[in-house]
This record gives sequence, C-alpha cells and structure tokens, in this order.
Amino acid sequence: MDIFVLLKMVPDVVEELVIGENGKSLDPQMLRVKLSDPDEHALEQAILLKEKHKGTVTVVAMEAPEVDEILFTAFAKGADNAVKLTGDWTGIQAPSIARLFASYFSSANRQLGSQALVLLGSQAIDDLEGEVAPYLAELLGVPYIGVVTGIRLDEENKKIMVMKEFAGGLRGEFELPLPAVLGVQAAEKPPRYVPVAKVRSVMKSSHVETLEVPPPEGIAGLSIDRLFTPEAAGKAEMLEGAPEEASARIVEILAERGLLGR
Amino acid sequence: MQEPILVLAEHLKGELADITFEMLGAARKLADQLKAPLYTAVFGKDVAPLTSQLGVADSVFVLDHPQLDMPSADVAAGLLKKLVEQKGVSLVLIGGTNVSAGIGPRLSFRLNLPFVNFCRNIRVENGSTIFTSQLFGGKILSDVRLPENRGVVSVYPGSFAADAGRSDKKPSVEKVDLPVEETKIVFKRYIEPEAGDIDITKQDILISIGRGIVSADNIAMVEELARALGGAVCASRPVIDQGWLPLSRQVGKSGMTVKPKLYMSFGVSGAPEHVEGMKDAGLIISVNTDPNAPIFGVSHYGVCADLFDVLPALVEKIKTH
Ligand SMILES: Cc1cc2nc3c(=O)[nH]c(=O)nc-3n(C[C@H](O)[C@H](O)[C@H](O)COP(=O)(O)OP(=O)(O)OC[C@H]3O[C@@H](n4cnc5c(N)ncnc54)[C@H](O)[C@@H]3O)c2cc1C
Repeated sequence: MDIFVLLKMVPDVVEELVIGENGKSLDPQMLRVKLSDPDEHALEQAILLKEKHKGTVTVVAMEAPEVDEILFTAFAKGADNAVKLTGDWTGIQAPSIARLFASYFSSANRQLGSQALVLLGSQAIDDLEGEVAPYLAELLGVPYIGVVTGIRLDEENKKIMVMKEFAGGLRGEFELPLPAVLGVQAAEKPPRYVPVAKVRSVMKSSHVETLEVPPPEGIAGLSIDRLFTPEAAGKAEMLEGAPEEASARIVEILAERGLLGR
Repeated sequence: MQEPILVLAEHLKGELADITFEMLGAARKLADQLKAPLYTAVFGKDVAPLTSQLGVADSVFVLDHPQLDMPSADVAAGLLKKLVEQKGVSLVLIGGTNVSAGIGPRLSFRLNLPFVNFCRNIRVENGSTIFTSQLFGGKILSDVRLPENRGVVSVYPGSFAADAGRSDKKPSVEKVDLPVEETKIVFKRYIEPEAGDIDITKQDILISIGRGIVSADNIAMVEELARALGGAVCASRPVIDQGWLPLSRQVGKSGMTVKPKLYMSFGVSGAPEHVEGMKDAGLIISVNTDPNAPIFGVSHYGVCADLFDVLPALVEKIKTH
C-alpha cells in the first residue's frame, strides 16, 4: 500500500490568539502554530497500517514555521519519505490547499496508483472555507469518506473497510476501493510518542524533499468582514477562596439539593 | 426578491436530526427577511414519511430511492447540484455534523461557489447576509459575506433553536426525479455503541474530566470522588482518544448526550462539541484554572483553581459531611 499523509499546521489555541491590525486575520507575529490534531491522528493511522500491511508512508506538508521538526518526527515514527511544499500562500483556505496537494500528485511519477491511500485530518480548527479532504477528492476524482476512526484492508489490497463516526457512539462501516482519500478523525490507537533523541538522530540520516508550488488562482471565496473574540457568557457563579473553602461551598450546594449521601 | 434558499434535511436511522430543525428555523427567518422562498430537500431510502414534519419550508423536495441508504458525500452533492440548478437556488444550508461531513465542500466545488464553515449565526444588514462563523475551536468569531449572497453554508450544531423549525403545518411536497449516480462507496452496516461497563446516559451524577487531568494515573483521584458521591466518571474527547477511558464514557458531539442531576467537570475547557452533550444537566459545577474557559459559560457554579488542589479537598469535605 502507498500511503500519503498530508499535514498542515494550525494556530495553537493554548496560546492567546491575537487579532491583527487589519482585523481580518490573526497577528502572524503573535502566532504559534502546531500540527493539527486530526492530522496527527492521520499520521498515526498511516503508520499503524504500514506496520500491519507493509508498504510506504509519504508525508507531505505545507511550509510553515517548525514544520521541519514535524516531518522529522514523522520519519522517527516510521514514515519513509517526507516532502515540504514551499511557496507564498498567506491566508490560504481549503479549496486552494487542496489544489496545492493535488498538484503534488499531478507530476508524472507521483500519480495515484491502484494501491494509493491518501489520509488527512478530517477537519481543522481553521477550516473556514471547508475541509481539505473532500475538495482534494473532487480534484483527484477518487472516493472520499470523512470522520474516519478505523481502516482495514482486504487481503488483495484492493478494497478498504472504513469506520465512520456518526453521533452518540454510533458508527457506520463502509467499503470502498483504492485509491481513496480519507479524512481521519481519530486513529485506532493514540498517536505514539517519540523521544527527542530519536528525532535528532533521524535528522542526520533522513532527507526532506522540497517542492515549490505556486499559489492557485481563480477560486471563488468568501470575504471576511472582521474577526472578533466572543463575549464571555459569564453565567457561572464563581466560588472564591482557597480550595478548601470552595469545596466546602460545593458540599453545601450539593447538600441543599439532596445530591449527597446517595 | 431573492432566489430560493435550500436546507438539506438530515436524518439518521429513520429520524430527522435536530440540526434539520435548527437549520429550518434559521433559514425561515432569513427567507422572510430576504423575501425568498424556503425549500428543503430529503434524500434517502424510505424517507417519504419524514416530509410531514417539514412544514416550516414552503416546498419540500423528496427523493426516496433504495440506493440512497446512507448516501456518500459525492452522491448527495451530485443530487443537490442538480436540484440547485433546476430550482435556481442561491443559498444551500447543510448540517455541520458527522453525518453530512464532506457534502458541502463537494457541492461548493461543483457549483464553483464559496463555502462557509462553522456557521453559528446569520443576520441581514442592508440587504446583505452576514454569517458568523466560529474559528479555532470557538476562541474567535468571524463575520463573513458571500458575493451576491450565493454559496453553501455549513451550520454548526447547537447554534439555533430547533423549535423554530418545527411546525404542524402540512407541507407542500414534491417528488423529484433525479438520477442517482453510481458510487464506489458501499454502506455495510451500523455499529452500535458498545454497551460499556457503565451507561453514562443513565447516571444521576457524573464527574467529567478533560485534558487538564494530564495523565491516566490521575484518574484514580477522580474515581474516588465519583465513589464518594455515588456517581460515575466520564470525559471529554482527548481523554478517550488517549485511551484512558473507554469510548462509552465520552460526552459530546461524537459521544453521548447526558442529562444527569449533577455534572461536575475538572479540566474541561468547554468546547462546543463537548457542551453539546452536557449543557442540559440539572446542576453544572466546573473547576478550571483558566477564568475565561468557556465551560464557565454553561456552568451554574465555577471554581477557578487547580483541579489537583480541589479534588482531594472536596473528597475530604464530602467524607466528613
Ligand atoms: C467532529 C468533532 C467531534 C468532536 N466530538 C467531541 C466529543 O464528543 N466530546 C468532546 O469532549 N470533544 C469533542 N471534540 C473535541 C473538542 O473540539 C475539543 O477539542 C475537546 O472537547 C477539548 O477537550 P478538553 O476540554 O478536555 O481539552 P482542552 O480544550 O485542551 O482543555 C483543557 C482544559 O483544562 C484546563 N486545565 C489544565 N490544567 C488544569 C488544572 N490543573 N486544573 C484545572 N484545569 C486545568 C485548561 O485551562 C483547559 O481549559 C470533537 C471535535 C470534532 C472536530
């Protein structure tokens, strides 16, 4: 199986997000980025599939601060090839990102074969104009399923069985042929951890290929009026004081409502 | 007069989903403001009986077809595209749910119209429609516009009142005859949630933990509190994804919807996907180190403190009560 994992970085929401002077985007100076969580799961799922069925894992990432570290970490986890797409694409959105990734597959030696499986995160927190995976499936003309939480391959490596999440713990099983594009919501196992030392040693022995891709043009987009921070709902009555005091208040509240001694 | 607005009715296992009524309510208001007709479309297998609940729309288009049992995103997008073109629709609303994932982008691609994701509010200003989308997990909101009010909008679940989309009015139903495209994706079966060790939807008291719990080793402390109160432990998605608790304990969009008498959360930020599953609990008490954590917006009482200080103090106070 030839597995491709397409990665993108997103703002790290653990940090405070600062809106830039134009009022329409985040201040790039104040921005810290991290690998999108579902993308990390897509990578883990790819490595799990490789361990089970052999094949190769190629990670393709859009240029961004600290993305090299992400790519070397992918090597350390078991990826075979890494590619960095470079270019100027500030404020780029999913319809265009999908075209960047599609252009990677358009050169002669990279066309999707009958064993190809393309994995992306099912969605990202900055997907204002939609998710990348379905756009990419349109461009590549292959089947797509999103919100995937499990993938099995049949013996002949031709079909995959995919688990998709609905709601309330209900899931559905689907069968589809390769090549295919899947949006991964969660890998079958939590993403593995690799020690920094291993990543460092991989840096010496592996090579990240770079590929310059011009920004796509002529895509119908929406227009952003402004970004703003939501008003805090501020509904809760805050219980002040040391943990002991707050705990004593909680116990009182529970007792008043008959929620103790059950 | 503006061109028609179309809502894609979502259904699962023979029932219309709440998101359908949320969208219908929001779209009704918008259609009235813009003086546009409101349409809704239902595609699926054995879906004709569902149309009777869709009276809020001016016209209901139904396609009941044996091949449309759980249609894939490309099939649904193909049908929608034809309907949009036939009926001259300008704006399409689709649920931002797992069930409908991927339909919107595919449709927007095929119509070459922009797509608005994560839509939480819609308003009209000087004849132009403004959509408010959430970004970065709800930390930022964004007002956006569609050129000529044309496009595809994904509505974030829980953003609008579902009641506004329900009506006893008898709808005007039209059967549409659209060709159903072949697809390579075959729906095999549903997989029901594993009956977990504990059914969290049946508990009166739930103690919920989030990423703030840091490691699986710390769950023992929470279990002690749950025992002291006679409740069970549940969690946000990251805790489940780490494998620290079984899937049956997940609360939220892709987990369970719970309505206990008491919901106490520790180190849960209160992302919309989590809140969706617990906001109707009788009493919500939350502990979080971040005074601005959105969980405080849905809680009755809040404690801004380190959960590792509050947990032992609380267990102690309960035991000595
Ligand atoms: C399609 C989809 C479906 C999803 N379904 C679900 C779902 O069903 N359920 C769900 O929960 N999520 C779901 N999510 C994920 C959701 O978006 C959030 O990422 C998730 O709910 C965040 O979990 P959290 O609050 O535990 O973690 P975080 O958002 O990381 O929050 C951790 C919180 O802990 C606090 N904290 C840290 N340390 C301490 C401490 N020592 N003491 C006190 N507080 C502390 C922090 O201040 C922070 O607020 C879904 C997402 C998607 C895209």
